[in-house]
Amino acid sequence: MAEPHGIEIKNLYKIFGPDGASMVERVINGMSKQELNEKHNHVLGLNDINISMPGGKITVVMGLSGSGKSTLIRHINRLIDPTAGEVLYGEQDVCKMSTSELREFRRHRTAMVFQKFALLPHRTVMQNTVYGLEIQGISGKKAEAKAAQWISRVGLDGFEDNYPNQLSGGMQQRVGLARALTNDADILLMDEAFSALDPLIRMDMQTVLLDLQQELHKTIVFITHDLDEALRLGDKIAILRDGAVIQQGSGQEIVLRPADEYISNFVQEVNRGRVILVDTVMDRGEVAETDMVLQQGILLEEAAKQFAESGHAIANVVDKSGKPLGSLSMQQAISAMVTPNSH
Amino acid sequence: MDWIEFPSLGRADLRDLRVAIDGSFREFTRAYGPALERIFEPLEDFLVWLETLLIQSPWPLVLIGLVGIVFLLSRSVKISLGATIALLLIGYFGMWEDTMRTIAVVTVCTMVAVVLGIPVGIAMARSDRMQSVVNPVLDLMQTMPSFVYLIPVVMIFGLGKVPGVIAVVIYAIPPMIRLTNLGIRLVDPDVLEAADAFGSSGRQKLLNVQLPLALPTIMAGINQCIMMSLAMVVVASMIGVKGLGQPVLQAINNQYFTMGVMNGLAIVAIAIIFDRATQAYGKRLQKHSEVVHG
Ligand SMILES: Nc1ncnc2c1ncn2[C@@H]1O[C@H](COP(=O)(O)OP(=O)(O)O)[C@@H](O)[C@H]1O
Ligand SMILES: [Mg+2]
Repeated sequence: MAEPHGIEIKNLYKIFGPDGASMVERVINGMSKQELNEKHNHVLGLNDINISMPGGKITVVMGLSGSGKSTLIRHINRLIDPTAGEVLYGEQDVCKMSTSELREFRRHRTAMVFQKFALLPHRTVMQNTVYGLEIQGISGKKAEAKAAQWISRVGLDGFEDNYPNQLSGGMQQRVGLARALTNDADILLMDEAFSALDPLIRMDMQTVLLDLQQELHKTIVFITHDLDEALRLGDKIAILRDGAVIQQGSGQEIVLRPADEYISNFVQEVNRGRVILVDTVMDRGEVAETDMVLQQGILLEEAAKQFAESGHAIANVVDKSGKPLGSLSMQQAISAMVTPNSH
Repeated sequence: MDWIEFPSLGRADLRDLRVAIDGSFREFTRAYGPALERIFEPLEDFLVWLETLLIQSPWPLVLIGLVGIVFLLSRSVKISLGATIALLLIGYFGMWEDTMRTIAVVTVCTMVAVVLGIPVGIAMARSDRMQSVVNPVLDLMQTMPSFVYLIPVVMIFGLGKVPGVIAVVIYAIPPMIRLTNLGIRLVDPDVLEAADAFGSSGRQKLLNVQLPLALPTIMAGINQCIMMSLAMVVVASMIGVKGLGQPVLQAINNQYFTMGVMNGLAIVAIAIIFDRATQAYGKRLQKHSEVVHG
């Protein structure tokens, strides 16, 4: 299977209001969201967004409420029209598509999962799941067979004939996920898809998503306001504030080198053991006198567990073939796991 | 200037104005009346057919048919039983034929109101401009005393069934239109957005999402429409619509108290039957929209 295209967002601006286009200039010249609102009564939704979302990977967009996350993800399938800028999928600019091109793009290339599930209340689980196919003009046995496979994959066997209001929130979102997956689209857009769920169910759903992604390799854009969720899911994370990207990179990069005070406040509370890899902390190139080995690419938390179990104080980090890459002591591992007091 | 007497158009001028308007309307009637009547002929034929069917068929069959429909709508033995008893009493007191006529008229009026009202309601829901044009017209239809628009209708169609149906529909269609509009506008925007995100066309959105989700509200509109049609039965009888309205009218003219009350009660009885049956149906439609889990 060929890697799906990534999504390139370039110089994207969105200004809500009757005359957004003429406000772009002011924003480029540095007018703040607050000033724009007070002086011109326009709302700055997105401010010069540039993100490259790699194909086949999970890109997480994180930010507090009102930072523009929903606005951003809705530009990818153009539920919201941009004021300026480009959203490229391969060669195509989503923002320049005609109505019918856009409809085809939404039908075949994208699928979306919503915070409030947005299921059709008058349809059963099965009827909800086939919805995307039905819109494409595929219906009957063929559509249902495909839907049944995904219903089963998200763990809803036996609930095909239930109505959404007979299901718990977590189960409803599984339907939302099955509906999106049945579409067979490369791009999966998830706007705070798990935010409405209880913490335990949320963890469950994250696991479901990660498992699915292992085999599907879709280009997933995942929105969240929760840093732990972002770090767990994101191959790449972009942090949004007042409509602008203030940092983007891997979870590790963000935790280890927060771009500013705002982000470092955020990452204070993070469980570093679950973010930082042994590769990052080890003494590269050193080989220690020990018979304990750690696999390259495991998390510090896992390493600490193995130290505790083996009773060794130092280990060599090895790659898949067993070649040593460096050494890591238990002390190094533990001090990297605790939050530094100051930044 | 005299502030006591209102400066009005002179008597002669007013008369001329009336004569001019009435004259030109009469001419219009003479010119287009027959053509308009021909347009409504199929409607009249259908009404006559339905009326004949209800009156000429053996009453037990009609009774079973009506109660069967009530049961299918309500799925309630209680409502069906109530309907059976009410219809039996109506028949026993000699009002069977008039009741059948009234049921036929109300059925046809409701069908016309649904066929015209739903598309107008949909158009209103899709465009704010349309809404701002249609709303005042509906206000006018609802507040204008019905006798006033009976005049031109009778001038065009004479006395009979068709003008009766038209008068009733004018009176009863506004809630149908308003509630269709409202039902579509109240559809959860999140669900609509989901439909958009999956690439629905406008038509697909209307048929898959908007109409099904608006259906309980539309059903309330149909219920209102039936109730208002029944309320118009007496007025419609003044222009020759046969049914339960006519004996009531007769009773008013001759001060026959018992006759008035009996026929009035028959109207009430079928109103209650229709109301309970359609409401129960509306409730059933809504079953899956209620939130069971938080
Ligand atoms: N249709 C709209 N009109 C005006 N302002 C809007 C509109 N949609 C969103 N906004 C504003 O844009 C900003 C970002 O909103 P949103 O993307 O919903 O944030 P998030 O999803 O991160 O909570 C907010 O300030 C919000 O008030
Ligand atoms: Mg949001």
